[in-house]
Amino acid sequence: MICQECHERPATFHFTKVVNGEKAEVHICEHCAKENSNMMVFGSDGGFSINSLLSGLLNFETKLGKSDASSMYRAEEVRQCPRCKMTFREFGKAGRFGCPDCYRTFKSEITPILRKVHSGNTAHGGKIPKRIGGSIHLQKKMEELKKQMQHHISQEEFEKAAELRDEIKAIVREMNADRGEEA
Amino acid sequence: MSLQDFMNNAMSAWMSQEGPDSDIVLSSRVRLARNIEQFRFPTLASEEEFQNILTLFEEQFSNQTFPDIGSFVLLKMSELEPVQKRVLVEKHLISPSLAEDSAFSGCLLSVNEEVSIMVNEEDHIRIQCLFPGLQVKEALEVAGRLDDWIEKEVDYAFDENRGYLTSCPTNVGTGMRASVMMHLPALALTKQMNRIVPAINQLGLVVRGIYGEGSEALGNLFQISNQITLGKSEEDIAEDLLSVVQQLIAQERSAREAVLQASKIQLEDRIYRSYGILSNSRIIESKETARCLSDVRLGIDLGLIQNVSKNILNELMILTQPGFLQQYSGTGLTPDERDIRRAALIRERLKMEIDGG
Repeated sequence: MICQECHERPATFHFTKVVNGEKAEVHICEHCAKENSNMMVFGSDGGFSINSLLSGLLNFETKLGKSDASSMYRAEEVRQCPRCKMTFREFGKAGRFGCPDCYRTFKSEITPILRKVHSGNTAHGGKIPKRIGGSIHLQKKMEELKKQMQHHISQEEFEKAAELRDEIKAIVREMNADRGEEA
Repeated sequence: MSLQDFMNNAMSAWMSQEGPDSDIVLSSRVRLARNIEQFRFPTLASEEEFQNILTLFEEQFSNQTFPDIGSFVLLKMSELEPVQKRVLVEKHLISPSLAEDSAFSGCLLSVNEEVSIMVNEEDHIRIQCLFPGLQVKEALEVAGRLDDWIEKEVDYAFDENRGYLTSCPTNVGTGMRASVMMHLPALALTKQMNRIVPAINQLGLVVRGIYGEGSEALGNLFQISNQITLGKSEEDIAEDLLSVVQQLIAQERSAREAVLQASKIQLEDRIYRSYGILSNSRIIESKETARCLSDVRLGIDLGLIQNVSKNILNELMILTQPGFLQQYSGTGLTPDERDIRRAALIRERLKMEIDGG
């Protein structure tokens, strides 16, 4: 495939640009990619990095002026990670977060970005660390049981709801016991 | 120091082993990105935080032995000479950025060099396993065990919904990047890569040529890796990558067969010309080296060249990089001097092969 810009060198960078829901394929060579820094954002060393691309994506978003983009813009003015003091604007520049808490602080802003970067996925589907895994599994089970209990209550199936309530209580006891052991 | 001695020091143990499908797949790598909950990410971490992390690795993991891997040593970047760091980069044991920001960074390296754990890179911890041939699952298995080993001593930054929290959101979730380095000369020769690359991109995988100064893939080497880290399990990511790589292997093999049938004499001519350049030139640039090595390796794989071992491509790709050439010469070299040294090293290496065989 030949570069769209210079029509000479083979294209070595391939992107799909989505603007207002319309997809456009971009194929350019390294040389033109560097020249065209307004089209794609490159690192200060001239080399391509995913962080700079990501920060380009964020800046691009804020320029769009769409409703969700403008609310993101307002949110970034005020919101700051309580732990590391990074603002969303700073994240936009660096393309990297400052601390683990940033993921919680900027949850609403980061979710659409994760969706774009990870083919629509926003929830982890992989390994869970062994040490903290136990309580997470219990927590997940409890949330599921609570949902089922609400369903039974809405259907006025109170006996079934009561059974689930007892199960939930047992899990809470188990979780408390685990915490006691750790302390 | 003789070339043989130098090579013994320069080559990682894994490079001289032959892995599965090694006629096409040079190496498989799995990297896991991890961070420690109590510290800020490297973007904002203080000197004290960096130092604490490095000290933790020095005290808990340095000089430890791990089952099936052996012992580990911690290399502090601040204590290495620039050329030593460059050599580590050229062996793919550390990233260029770890070598650049070296005040508090380090690398926990296994003695056989199959495993390197980068400390204070873009993330606090990057576990990397590099295996010869197509061994993605094997690399993942080892990376997973090392992950458990480290997790015993540190609290990872982990979120139930987002998974392992990484400095860059492109790595969040599994924090896993699996990649396979492939030699695809016949697909490149028959201009099929241009058709294949977009198709692979659509499957959530990325193809990168190993680019030189120009724009063609250097030495017909292509790296295929996963782009998505969120939403899929580590095993599924590895499985998806493997299925694409296996298809590429099959396509490359049939393309080799087709080229051999359609134009054997032209192919032989090209391969032997490249062999001639490598064994006779007095000045050679890295780009030409990569092109000729690719041809010679294809010649070996097709049985056209029989007195040269297959590892020569892997070896010479590594040995003829600027850092290694300078280390071998024991002195700094200008680019022109490097081209002369490179030609001499390749001639010497090929002669060794013939004398030995």
